Amino acid sequence: MRQEEQNGGCFQKIANIARLAAQHDDLQRCCTFIIMTSTLDDSEKEKARSVSVDLNNDASLLIDIPDALCERDKVKFTVHTKTTLSSFQKPDFSVPRQHEDFIWLHDALVETEDYAGLIIPPAPPKPDFESPREKMHKLGEGEATMTKEEYTKMKQELEAEYLAVFKKTVQVHEVFLQRLSSHPILSKDRNFQIFLEYDQDLSVRRKNAKETFGSFFKNMVKSADEVIISGIKEVDDFFEQEKTFLLDYSSKIKDSTARAEKMTRSHKNVADDYIHISATLNSLSVDDNTALKKHLEKFADLFEKLRKVEGRVASDEELKLTELFRYYMLDIQAAKDLLYRRARALADYENSNKALDKARLKSKDITQAEEHQQQCLQKFDKLSESGKRELTSFKGRRVVAFRKNLIEMSELEIKHAKNNMALLQGCIELLKSN
Amino acid sequence: MAAEMEPPPLGDAGQTDFREIEDGEGFFVSTVTILESPEPSSPDPPSMPAEGISTNGPKQEDISLDDDPEDLFAEATEEVSLDSPEREPILSDGPSPAITPVTPTAMLTPRMGLGTAEMFERSLDEVSSWVKLTSMTIFSKNETTVRRRFSDFLGLHSKLASRYLHIGYIVPPAPEKSIVGMTKVKVGKEDLSSAEFVEKRRSALERYLMRTVKHPILLKDPDVMMFLESSELPRAVSTQALSGAGILRMVNKAADAVNKMTIKMNESDAWFEEKHQQFENLDLQLRKLHASVECLVCHRKELSVNTASFAKSAAMLGNSEDHTALSRALSQLAEVEEKIDQLHQDQAYADFYLFSELLGDYVRLITAVKGVFDHRMKTWSKWQDTQLLLQKKREAESKLQFANKPDKLQQAQDEIKELEGKVQQGEKDFELISKTIRKEVSRFEKERVKDFKVVIIKYLESLVQTQQQLIKYWEAFLPEAKAIA
Repeated sequence: MRQEEQNGGCFQKIANIARLAAQHDDLQRCCTFIIMTSTLDDSEKEKARSVSVDLNNDASLLIDIPDALCERDKVKFTVHTKTTLSSFQKPDFSVPRQHEDFIWLHDALVETEDYAGLIIPPAPPKPDFESPREKMHKLGEGEATMTKEEYTKMKQELEAEYLAVFKKTVQVHEVFLQRLSSHPILSKDRNFQIFLEYDQDLSVRRKNAKETFGSFFKNMVKSADEVIISGIKEVDDFFEQEKTFLLDYSSKIKDSTARAEKMTRSHKNVADDYIHISATLNSLSVDDNTALKKHLEKFADLFEKLRKVEGRVASDEELKLTELFRYYMLDIQAAKDLLYRRARALADYENSNKALDKARLKSKDITQAEEHQQQCLQKFDKLSESGKRELTSFKGRRVVAFRKNLIEMSELEIKHAKNNMALLQGCIELLKSN
Repeated sequence: MAAEMEPPPLGDAGQTDFREIEDGEGFFVSTVTILESPEPSSPDPPSMPAEGISTNGPKQEDISLDDDPEDLFAEATEEVSLDSPEREPILSDGPSPAITPVTPTAMLTPRMGLGTAEMFERSLDEVSSWVKLTSMTIFSKNETTVRRRFSDFLGLHSKLASRYLHIGYIVPPAPEKSIVGMTKVKVGKEDLSSAEFVEKRRSALERYLMRTVKHPILLKDPDVMMFLESSELPRAVSTQALSGAGILRMVNKAADAVNKMTIKMNESDAWFEEKHQQFENLDLQLRKLHASVECLVCHRKELSVNTASFAKSAAMLGNSEDHTALSRALSQLAEVEEKIDQLHQDQAYADFYLFSELLGDYVRLITAVKGVFDHRMKTWSKWQDTQLLLQKKREAESKLQFANKPDKLQQAQDEIKELEGKVQQGEKDFELISKTIRKEVSRFEKERVKDFKVVIIKYLESLVQTQQQLIKYWEAFLPEAKAIA
């Protein structure tokens, strides 16, 4: 704790300097951000992580990402671990990691046979600064048409957006690690430990080009598998139901995610428009020397306040709705993967049965075939058992998360609308009394 | 949802057939009500008998007597309402504005009622568009209804402009023609955009008329009276773009622009210098604001569409969900979002009709104001030219004195006398137009302040309404979300 506070203090100073530097930098050059997640208070952190609940509670292995650095396109995360487990060399340590390292870890877990019966937490999405970058470009182009104040406000908005994307990406990476650390089996994974501990650059262990190509090919084969395996006759009712449900739900939630994103983006656009309107109203008010002057001034001021609220509405919607859907879209994909692995194991088992029959017919290699069949059966049974467990707990997790987020979103919408109303009515009072 | 979007059909003719239109004008019906005031000198709004039309409590404003005896409406206070009674409550409650009569000499209380858009079928041989006006006149009945075409409005404006602009009166500009909008209507598309177009035009015409009749001088103009009263008007052909008159207009405009650049006026009056600059600035800022608000309208419409699309998707997700309580909650979420999309649409409507259109109107009005300033410049220029000519003639005359040509001398002296008269007249004209402009600008500014104040508050109230509804919807949804077990 103390070390974190010390770190926090000096990082805070660096963060402030970085922010100031970013403000004065030429907009065309990418800004450097140092973000202090440790400066967020606990409630904010809690809110930020509400996509997945009940994480990071076990004191034997606590992981968080206290800060991250954004340089050009690369984001460097500081992964901090506190542990009481003897399997680690130190009780408290931090390592720098890039996004690609997380992907490596995820893929390593997916490829581990032993975990075939588990839902592997989905890999965190790549940090995507496309949207704020596009805005920055537009802002640079439109600079000439705006007043100085307007430009400053737009720049502030832009900075806030960069920050939001940044915070979001830190959050998803953190949640990924925390899900691993909370999982009874995955938390003990060797690769996981290496990821947390290895104090040098992990890139040597990461995929080289050949391997990347290999995984692409694998993904292609898997899609073909999907088609074949969906057609396999399912013996277990539970899995039959799950399969039908997950296939359907997966496409629906993908669609909902995309539309929610469009909706929240429109909302942001409206909030931005308020900035321009406020600025022009201000100019009008300055030049005006009739009885309208005060009116325009207050009207301009109101719009400035309203846009802040609208901006919060948009970002809250994004966090509670869009990000929720996005996260579970990925999680459902991971659950689907589990089903496919199990279905493949079933196919293998059925094939081994056929092979055994053939062997018995030919009276050749019977023992081999029998052994192979037994192995397949065992594997299949193990997958089924673990799969059932995982899928049931997944459903529970999902329902809890949806409930929490929907409640929080409704409460925030109400709060912001009441805020808006107070501002509006206050202004109307003021204007009418004039 | 689609049903709610069409402009409310009002009045008796409920048919909504579109017909082929001959000269590119739209179908149009608008009702304007002007009521006669029975009681002069009473400043008490509630005592005004409404003759069946309800009053929206008019504002009590400070009554300060204006010296000008010509101005019948100096003390008249007025609320301008742009809504039709059946429109959604988001815009306003009261159906009509009223003017408080205060001067003893006021025989007339113009009270512009609300227009109602109505499309109706015309007989097959008459292919034209009509605007229905219910109006009252100083002389005759309380309420009349007349039908007017869009071109009639343009014709009226053209007449008023030619009569009053050059002597310094700010004549409100008429709404613009729109080829795209009219073509859609012509084609008989009964869809959303053509309905919106008709509503937009109706509203614009109503505001145009209101502004025109609020002008004390314009209201007394015989053409205005005729416009409001007579059952038949001669077709205003000269308003067509490709007519001879239209082309003449274009040529004149070009000539004016060139002339403006060559006139260098010695402005002796600081007031005009200042005002001119002020209006230039105002013009720029209003245009900018108008553009921003148009952007807002566009984005809000987009938000509405995207919300609706999300609502559908959420409904499907709810259907697919196998956990019953969550499934129900998601379906409820879809319903809430659907209601919210309608809310956004209504707000976009308010953004447009209250805020954006006001700004658009004023951008055009300021063009008229600038025009009036230009006319003053022209008047000055004409006066100066006459003076120069006089000087030349005098020089010529003095030369002729030594030339011993008695008839030419006489002629020159006659011309000089004539020119002296003209110079005097020119000076008088210039002074008159300057005086008129001062009055007009002061009136214009007063109107502007009033207009903006009223609209700002109305617009804010529309925003309040939206937020109130949002609270209602989300508060209804919250227990559903909490019920997920």
